[in-house]
Amino acid sequence: MTAYIIRRVLWLIPVLFIVSVITFALMHAAPGGPWQREKPLPPANVALLNEKYGLNDPMPVQYLRWAGNLVTGDLGPSYKYLGRDVNDMVADGWTITLQLGVMAFVLAVLLGIPLGVIAALRQNGAPDYAATAVSVIGIAIPSFVLSYLLVLVFASGMHWFPTGGWKGPNTWVMPTVALAAFPIAAIARYTRASMLEVTRRDYVRTAQSKGLKERTIVVIHMIRNALIPVVTILGPIFAGLVTGSFIIEKIFYIPGIGRFYIDAISQRDYGVLMAMTMLYAAVVAIMNLVVDIGYAWIDPRIRYN
Amino acid sequence: MATRTQSLEAPADLQHKPTSLWRDALGRLVKNRLAVVGGIIVVILVFLAVFGPFLTPWNYAAQDLKSVAANHNAPVPPLKFGHLFGTDNLGHDLFSRLLDGTRISMTVALVVQVVVLFIGIPIGAAAGWFGGRIDNLLMRFTDVVYAFPDLLFVILLSVSLKDTWFGNAMDGLLLVFVAIGVVAWVTMARIVRGQILSLKETEYVEAARAIGVSDFKIVTRHMLPNAIGPVIVAVTLGIPAAILTEAVLGFLGIGANPPRASWGTLINTGSQWMSSTPHLLVFPALAIAIALLSFTFLGDGLRDALDPKLRGKQ
Amino acid sequence: MTLTDDDRQTAGAAVTELPDSVDIVTEEGRRLAQQLVDAREHHARKLLEVRNLSTQFFTKEGVVHAVDDVSFELDYGETLGLVGESGCGKSVTALSLTRLVPSPPGKIVAGEIIFDGIDLMRLSKEEMRLLRGKKIGFIFQDPMTSLNPTLTIGYQIAESARIHMGLSRRAADDRAVELLGKVGIPRARERMGDYPHQFSGGMRQRVMIAIALACDPMLLLADEPTTALDVTIQAQILDLIRSLSEEFGTAVILITHDLGIAAGMCNRVNVMYAGRIVETANVDDVFERPRMPYTWGLMDSLPRLDEERGARLRTIEGMPPDLVSPPDACRFAPRCTYVRDVCREHEPALTARDTADHLARCWGTESGGWIK
Repeated sequence: MTAYIIRRVLWLIPVLFIVSVITFALMHAAPGGPWQREKPLPPANVALLNEKYGLNDPMPVQYLRWAGNLVTGDLGPSYKYLGRDVNDMVADGWTITLQLGVMAFVLAVLLGIPLGVIAALRQNGAPDYAATAVSVIGIAIPSFVLSYLLVLVFASGMHWFPTGGWKGPNTWVMPTVALAAFPIAAIARYTRASMLEVTRRDYVRTAQSKGLKERTIVVIHMIRNALIPVVTILGPIFAGLVTGSFIIEKIFYIPGIGRFYIDAISQRDYGVLMAMTMLYAAVVAIMNLVVDIGYAWIDPRIRYN
Repeated sequence: MATRTQSLEAPADLQHKPTSLWRDALGRLVKNRLAVVGGIIVVILVFLAVFGPFLTPWNYAAQDLKSVAANHNAPVPPLKFGHLFGTDNLGHDLFSRLLDGTRISMTVALVVQVVVLFIGIPIGAAAGWFGGRIDNLLMRFTDVVYAFPDLLFVILLSVSLKDTWFGNAMDGLLLVFVAIGVVAWVTMARIVRGQILSLKETEYVEAARAIGVSDFKIVTRHMLPNAIGPVIVAVTLGIPAAILTEAVLGFLGIGANPPRASWGTLINTGSQWMSSTPHLLVFPALAIAIALLSFTFLGDGLRDALDPKLRGKQ
Repeated sequence: MTLTDDDRQTAGAAVTELPDSVDIVTEEGRRLAQQLVDAREHHARKLLEVRNLSTQFFTKEGVVHAVDDVSFELDYGETLGLVGESGCGKSVTALSLTRLVPSPPGKIVAGEIIFDGIDLMRLSKEEMRLLRGKKIGFIFQDPMTSLNPTLTIGYQIAESARIHMGLSRRAADDRAVELLGKVGIPRARERMGDYPHQFSGGMRQRVMIAIALACDPMLLLADEPTTALDVTIQAQILDLIRSLSEEFGTAVILITHDLGIAAGMCNRVNVMYAGRIVETANVDDVFERPRMPYTWGLMDSLPRLDEERGARLRTIEGMPPDLVSPPDACRFAPRCTYVRDVCREHEPALTARDTADHLARCWGTESGGWIK
């Protein structure tokens, strides 16, 4: 098991390396360079800036400098807001983004799994239909659409919640729900399918023949087995949360790091784009690692081999 | 009185009207009401995509500024001045733009899946069949692709090439196809590889080899037809993902170029008018929700229908 | 002096000897011993009386009469074989006894199951649940899939003891270790924390036996316990079942399609065909003097050592009948070489042959029949 963990951790390195190379290459393939403005800068300034930011060096050198900085935690400069560092931007908002992501993840797991379990156990009953309804909403309505709908109905309409910002639990509800909707649906669907599979297994019959209470059978014998495959989708779910968060942040005016990312997209701020892409990718990679290890740990067949 | 033939009939569980996998699957699919509804809507969407421009008097780029002016300089509400769904503040007919958005979404769905099929299947089959180095290469490659979150890569690629001729070809759609397709084929390759790997060990493949059938023929004639089930499911379920990604790109402003009306762009614009004229947001939202739902239900239905474990059961 | 439940169980468990835990020297022990002596006299009753049991499955293709009007008895401590080919209803019979038939689509539609004096069909679901595991143990066919892969075997064995016998965790674990030892798993204490996948098939079946016997049940249902195992292991497992049931005085219903197994293990044999019992007798009678053509067919199909080399294996021609609409005729008629018109017109009843406890369902072998 420890060998497995070590191997997975070491695997992070080449993965992040390749991601960084691709990111770097793509950004430098873009035309125009980082100094494009609506009103073009005078060539003299451009030359000075290129010199100052080391953009005249050969590509490999630039890459190594950039990657080296990344490794030491220096995310580099913004090319639009001269004088601003990506580190400053991130320092500003990362706790907020993290909080949003964690809340959405916890909500997704706490709602999705029970919904799926109950839907499987009471097939075609009321809970099954409720779970299906939730799944439908989560899958059909993209998070950014759902956000606006929530604001329309609950904020502008019923004034239950403010339309945006991040001050106090009141403002946390809608963004979290909007971000968690798809994960809840996905987890519920997957859990339901997995539980249905488990219901058909022989060891459930054995448990019944032992005269165990139904609740014991479900909770101790079935759910464990059903959750194992569900854990495998937690990785992609988390990736989805990370990449969905910046959109939600923009819509709800949440002062996390997402707004910088979105601005960088429209403004073609390559410095910020590269840095934040790497940041998001690193978070996803680490979370995938955590999930993989968790998966190996839960399934005794893997743990004891 | 019991007749001899009656008692000679095989017991219920052994009885099996001879049906092919497909007829079986079709039977099951048809019984799944959600899937059927989804399928019908998909057909309607395709129809709308193809015949869109003929269904509306307005061009998606046309601006009916007269009506906007007549409406106190505000977006025209539905069913007024000949606009079925109303207009935005620049007089664009929403219904026509929704049709254009449908066309964009369906095209993205189609093109991306074509790419996925034509690249993913051969590569996956090759990896599964030849194994060894090629397989290893593919597996490492897919690991890396999986490590790079799809959306981030698509965004990166789109931003990077947006201001080139390539990025603006076909109203910006070429870039969208490529960006989404580049990531999507990987999943298909993995699925096909897995199928080939498991089919490699079957006896009829051994037999075919023993007779001297060429590798290519074995893979194409014998194995792929059996692998088609998961492929179909993956294609059908990959479509909503592609549509969604395209919508996000549109929402972020790096999708189809204006005045083309991706559903994502429509939602973006619509959100700005949310409080005063909600129809600009609601209709595109409905459109995308319906499209995503129907493909998902259809895909789910296909998956259940083609599930080999259910073969022969009703 | 009344017999408590425990006493009855103890009495059922070992009519011939006191359980080890009882110390006769004490007042308590003497009392129990006296009760046992009394209990022996109360043993006119059988452990299990099944009367007219019918279990059906309601499917789209029709109602399948899987178990059709089956009646039999089982004595305390006796081993009964339920023999027949696949689909004859033997497994469903066993499942019906513990009311574990999957409930849609199956249902016990008629009959009484009197277990230790209690009609199981009248119990509520909860009361039935309390009986399972405690008084009736079940061994399933496939040890690979019948054990929960995410729980340790120690847990799965101790679970029964904890729930039904109210033992503390430690005491239940001790009992599990003891049971593991009894079923022949070496280094039992160390292996308590192991998972099923760490055991071989034969070992897993031993674990299943330990689970089934955890609460010292009066009846053990063994559904083809060795079919999924290697031939070399089969004998070991069967020996284990036999010795344990003798030691604990457990009655066993052994379900098998293999006559050889039945011959070696059982006191009595019920031969089933198409949901019916077609012959029942003690083991010697069934093998030496079978009185039903199907039983002959089964015997005949066993390859024998004294045959010619290269001789063809004998089979019974034809296939088992459709259980959806069983006709009023002998169900074996289409495949029977001795068939006559009467066989196709009316179904024979189970009637005695030679001795009162040897019954067969066949017109031809009745007294006055045409088969000698």
